[in-house]
Amino acid sequence: MRDRPIRDRSDESPDDRSTTDPAGTDRGQADRADRADRLSALVPRLKGICGDDGVITDRARRRTYESDGLTYHAEVPGVVVLPTTAEQVAEVLGLCSAEGVPFVPRGAGTGLSAGALPRTDGVLVTTSRMRRVVEVDPDNECAVVQPGVANLDITRAAAPYGYYYAPDPSSQQVCSVGGNIAENSGGAHCLKYGFTVNHVLGLQIATPQGELVRLGGKAPEAPGYDLIGAFIGSEGTLGIATEATVRLVRTPQKVTTLLAAFTGMDAGGEAVSSVVAEGVLPAAVEMMDALSIAAAEAAVACDYPEGAGAVLIVELDGPAADVDADAAMVRRLCERAGAFEIREASGAAERARIWKGRKSAFAAVGRISPAYIVQDGVVPRTALGEVLGDIARLSAESGIRVANVFHAGDGNLHPLVLFDDAEPGAGERAAEVSGAILDLCIRHGGSITGEHGVGVDKACSMPRMFTPEDLETMDLFRRAFDPAGVANPEKLLPTPRLCGEVPGVRKDVHPLVAQGRAEQF
Amino acid sequence: MTGEDHQDLAAGQAAGPADTDRADGAAGPLAASGVPVRPGTDRDAVGGAVPRWVAAPADTKGCAAVAAAASREGLALVPRGAGTKTGWGAPPRRCDAVVDLSALNHVDHAAGDLVVEAGAGTPMKDLADVLGTSGQRLPVDPVVPGSTVGGVVATGLSGPGRMLYGPVRDLILGMTVVRADGVVSNSGGRVVKNVAGYDLGKLHTGALGTLGIITSVTFRLRPVPPAARVVSARADDPARARELVASVLRSHTAPTAIEADRPDGGAVTVHVLLEGPEEGIRARAEEVSALLPGSSVAEDLPDGWGALPGGPGDTLLKLTTPPARLPAVLDAVADAAPDTGPLPVRGSAGSGVLYGALPSATAPASAVRAVASLRARVEAVTGGHGSLTVLDAPPTVHGAGLDPWGTVLGLPLMRSIKQNLDPDGVLSPGRFAGGI
Repeated sequence: MRDRPIRDRSDESPDDRSTTDPAGTDRGQADRADRADRLSALVPRLKGICGDDGVITDRARRRTYESDGLTYHAEVPGVVVLPTTAEQVAEVLGLCSAEGVPFVPRGAGTGLSAGALPRTDGVLVTTSRMRRVVEVDPDNECAVVQPGVANLDITRAAAPYGYYYAPDPSSQQVCSVGGNIAENSGGAHCLKYGFTVNHVLGLQIATPQGELVRLGGKAPEAPGYDLIGAFIGSEGTLGIATEATVRLVRTPQKVTTLLAAFTGMDAGGEAVSSVVAEGVLPAAVEMMDALSIAAAEAAVACDYPEGAGAVLIVELDGPAADVDADAAMVRRLCERAGAFEIREASGAAERARIWKGRKSAFAAVGRISPAYIVQDGVVPRTALGEVLGDIARLSAESGIRVANVFHAGDGNLHPLVLFDDAEPGAGERAAEVSGAILDLCIRHGGSITGEHGVGVDKACSMPRMFTPEDLETMDLFRRAFDPAGVANPEKLLPTPRLCGEVPGVRKDVHPLVAQGRAEQF
Repeated sequence: MTGEDHQDLAAGQAAGPADTDRADGAAGPLAASGVPVRPGTDRDAVGGAVPRWVAAPADTKGCAAVAAAASREGLALVPRGAGTKTGWGAPPRRCDAVVDLSALNHVDHAAGDLVVEAGAGTPMKDLADVLGTSGQRLPVDPVVPGSTVGGVVATGLSGPGRMLYGPVRDLILGMTVVRADGVVSNSGGRVVKNVAGYDLGKLHTGALGTLGIITSVTFRLRPVPPAARVVSARADDPARARELVASVLRSHTAPTAIEADRPDGGAVTVHVLLEGPEEGIRARAEEVSALLPGSSVAEDLPDGWGALPGGPGDTLLKLTTPPARLPAVLDAVADAAPDTGPLPVRGSAGSGVLYGALPSATAPASAVRAVASLRARVEAVTGGHGSLTVLDAPPTVHGAGLDPWGTVLGLPLMRSIKQNLDPDGVLSPGRFAGGI
């Protein structure tokens, strides 16, 4: 995916003591020098833990880890470690905590919020060498996997038993389970099947302080606080998952995919509303507008119905008789809403043809625009029509094209804001439109992120959705896991350094601490 | 929970409510909150402890004012909905005031979005009635009659539908909670898809009010399915019951729930609930029926669907197991108290959650021993994956040294969370695992 241009950081590394820290004071430089020294001193100890070949110090090799899927944010990591066991992960984190050195977890690096953005003064902990499917247990409908296992590899391992792993983010061929856990990944089918958090029975985690802790297992509803639920989606700020026991779901008897073409988005939206109102719960409901359809046609010749101003894809799965009944219902409702063509596919190859255009949309947009920004806002589904109208108005007023591709069933928008990065000021104008779209989502009671996560990208937007008290509570929770503040710092929650003076965010000590009635450590 | 833990935590509170005896009027130090406060009575007792006051805020703000006033005085608070599960967990070490949330009774239903926000004090039944008018429901079974939204969430109490819809925590989108210091804090949101910030609602679900006072919860909803069937069959023993359950799990019939009921240590009744479009329901019921020899098919749920075993005064057990270990766990429960005969046990056989009941007639010391030995056996037969917790027990059984929790993984992290969110330990102190 092409984003905003990557800033050139080629001459920045801890070796030459320069960082991206904007503060240029002598004090700041001394601090940075100190941090770089501390990091250098750590290298032999990291090699002692992960072995010589498990630690990357070479600049060129470190640079290959400088960003995740959101390439606009890039930093060359101070050092990269590639542990092979849970114990090694825990030891590395314990060392970081003891030495006050920040660490950043990384799975396959497919994230879209710069959650795996490295630190020049820190350790990047990559789980790519922990790729073993430890066990498939069809009798207990679960599998035990290491964090570096690719999402789709769980389904591949479970398929011979008639099972699959339900969360299916679009990057599922490469994205890692550990990354899915950190981001609480969903996927096109989360409308029916939920997110990663609904599919994890057990975890082993390495805490930021270097402890290995088991939570849950093959039995559901483990006693005590739901630490699994709280850990999933914590974006690497509470530690690193070193093993996961995930639920396997029985492969559905039948899957039917419908494609309905409408002349305009309003009609498509009406069809979605009536499907929901009739009590049908599809596995997935996706929608594309004219601009994204045109891009997909140009890129992959998906052969969607000509003249479509909106294309709706509805996928149904389950027992064959139920799927047939629901498909007939969806067909009727689409016709009533004005669909001028409906295609239906139940075979894998035909279904793939319907999905081809939708799945290519992001990449395809790169063909019609030199650069683009993807947003990930969510609105209540009933507000979709109004918000799409507002986005069209924003686009018309600013002269910036916006292609709309979205998960219509759950109101998760992925507007693609198109611009030419060679044109001076275009990137800023696009960012403005993109920000205005997020404001729309918040105004309608939605969310700033449905699936990409907060990371660095949206940390400064958190105060638009949460009160200072909400954020302070989240920080209190975070510090229960990471009192040293070394776990993926400056991600997920806003900080003054990243966001300037965050309006209203309390920076002084907890009131109970100030009163001398409590300690915080 | 060890005695040592108890002492450690108790010592930390030695400087607690120093002068709550001073004359502050009937409302005591909580008068400052501006919320109606009355003196506590025997009927307000929590785990045997009669609170000095009962505060009844009208909304989140009032609840925050109560917590702030209590926090200033170091008073221990225990939140309460309808009071149907007040005895759950260990008895709190202190209960200076009960926060009665029954006035936080409101329902904000966004039918088109399949979302509802409800006040913690809203009776689940009222919520179901409102949702039903739009053909929707919160797929959480009414396990304990009379429960409120806040009570179900704070106890994390799920029923048979947990198999398809997930436990109650899976249905929660957002939550508003009053912190120990009276600060109002929100997490999650009102949309079905949202990964912004920590999902703290998960943490409060099942926390028995030890991390905050839940005042409002937002849930995702489901349409009421057009048709339902229950296929029921008898299995002579637990091994056979598991075979039946496994055969349904391996089928393509997508059941909503698979329940097992063994009232007397003998035969096991297996119930399979199917829900979905009218057009498909018959074929699915026939397919399940063919897998369960001698089965019958009904359109209505059997009596006592999802209800907990036992009666008042019994010691209520919750057991979890990997589903394939069901027979060993069923047998272990039946044998748990040889003196009193086989225990009744029932629950979600397809997911691996069972409930058992030790009769009230069991001598407290015997009950404590029975729990300990059953726990050891459950852990052994499940390879350490299973657990036994005591949800509810009479004060006499607690008094005889009951450990309601057993092994709780991640306890040090739980303590650390409690320390950060409730540093003075004033929210339902001692009610949770490890004396938290």
